[in-house]
Amino acid sequence: MHLTLEFGGGLDLLCQSVKIHQVDVAPKDENAKLTMRDLLAWVRSSLIKERPEMFMKGDTVRPGVLVLVNDCDWELCGGIDMELEEKDVVVFISTLHGG
Amino acid sequence: MDNMDCGVDDIVREIEKLKLDKKEIENRIGQLEALLSKKDGDASQMEDNQTSSNFNSMVDGHNTFYNGLTPGMIYRYSRHLLLPDFGVEGQKNLSMSSILVVGAGGLGSPVVLYLASCGVGCLGIVDSDVVELNNLHRQIVHPEAYVGQAKVKSAAATCRAINSSINIVEHNEALQASNALDIINKYDVVVDATDNLPSRYMISDCCVLLDKPLISGAALGLEGQLTVYHHKGGPCYRCLFPIPPPAAACQRCSDSGVLGVVPGVIGCFQALEAIKIASCIGESLSGKLLILDALSSRVRIVKLRGRSLHCVSCGENATLSQQNFRTFDYEGFTQSPMSDKAPPKLSLISNSARISSREYKNLIDNHEPRMLLDVRPAHHFRITAIPEAINIPLSMLADEISLVKSCLKDAEKGSTKGASLYVVCRRGNDSQRAVEFLSKNGFSGAKDIIGGLESWAQDVDPTFPIY
Ligand SMILES: [Zn+2]
Repeated sequence: MHLTLEFGGGLDLLCQSVKIHQVDVAPKDENAKLTMRDLLAWVRSSLIKERPEMFMKGDTVRPGVLVLVNDCDWELCGGIDMELEEKDVVVFISTLHGG
Repeated sequence: MDNMDCGVDDIVREIEKLKLDKKEIENRIGQLEALLSKKDGDASQMEDNQTSSNFNSMVDGHNTFYNGLTPGMIYRYSRHLLLPDFGVEGQKNLSMSSILVVGAGGLGSPVVLYLASCGVGCLGIVDSDVVELNNLHRQIVHPEAYVGQAKVKSAAATCRAINSSINIVEHNEALQASNALDIINKYDVVVDATDNLPSRYMISDCCVLLDKPLISGAALGLEGQLTVYHHKGGPCYRCLFPIPPPAAACQRCSDSGVLGVVPGVIGCFQALEAIKIASCIGESLSGKLLILDALSSRVRIVKLRGRSLHCVSCGENATLSQQNFRTFDYEGFTQSPMSDKAPPKLSLISNSARISSREYKNLIDNHEPRMLLDVRPAHHFRITAIPEAINIPLSMLADEISLVKSCLKDAEKGSTKGASLYVVCRRGNDSQRAVEFLSKNGFSGAKDIIGGLESWAQDVDPTFPIY
């Protein structure tokens, strides 16, 4: 399944300072849908190159990280159990506090 | 209040609050007296010369027309009044509103400039910092002449120079849980233009308790974020972030840098949201987040979750009260300080593995065989460095152990005794982490320079640039 992943608010530093990643992620088995849970596990093992604790806590994102699927907070679309569709755009953004 | 139980702090706080109230009342009396004397002057002039008085009242700016605006306001804000969507109604609402801007820094600068020039009735500014030279590239409200003076004083002076007809209130103190309720209660709308995490939780909680809309902006590096909390049924800060992020995830402008115009853009958006809410026009960013990526000039607006029923601040069974707010430890809750200043000095390694910058200078003067390893990131090293230092960033140290070995060998050449390894960084924290790592990987004699380049500049070489 083709997805566009974007990292912002400093999370890009965890994946070699690349903000936008065009990726193909396969569901666990052919008939199953790809969920956010699967995608997070994939991102952690395939994209995050350092300090994984700055991205995840347990099996979900760490506090202070917003997940946006097609410009919408994932909490409005089922959160970690949300099923992804072909060509979805998933944004991971850490909140900023500076000024 | 039972005076017998009052602590000294409470008494001091109440005195300060009363003084502030007194000042505001005096300001208002002054304004009204000025208005009265103008009106008296106009009245006597009208008797003298019936025909010219109409013109005089048009330019003196104080006689109020039937629409609630004075001729002076009509002229000054005419371009607002010409907007069908804003007009007389919008300007009147704006001139009757009071807005508090928390933080007179990179975000707050454009916010207070626009709010002053556009004619809000009362503009409050709260900050306890002083203006520093390295603020000026982004904190555009402060003139060079105010370096070393209170930011609030500087910002208020600039705003008064732009618009003398509005009421500007200076709160030259840090906004804290102990004084936030009293200060914020005086205003209709609050703008969070602070630079740290505990302040963001504290201001959001206070706005929920007092039922004030909150316009929250943030900027760092080349990115910015903006939303409106607790407005028209939308979420508060805690609805989105019930658990604070780990302290290590909280980057500071003083560590990570910030392109000056980025908080400027976000601050302008904050001013826009504040003006819309105060004048009751348009649709705010409540329930939406604006994300700015300056490098690609992209602005993305995303839909956020709604108000959480379980929110401890604004939910159905909220536990937050004015009583427990005043004593809540926001710095402890977030494990972060209420400022953008340098992180605390760590003490990771024993004193025997550390030397002062003066002691290191003695080693140089005595030509002791040595190697100086600078573990700052490469872009820091390019800003300034001690000439003999070799740069291997901390993050790459594990892969470059053999390089350290060969450099140390080179340093021993022409000497009868072995060379010693010294480690330096900006402030003396990363250098300890490096020594900790090196001592476990074959460099048991490695030592770090206490206080890093900051202490070098302070104690050894006053001409050494600090950043
Ligand atoms: Zn809430």
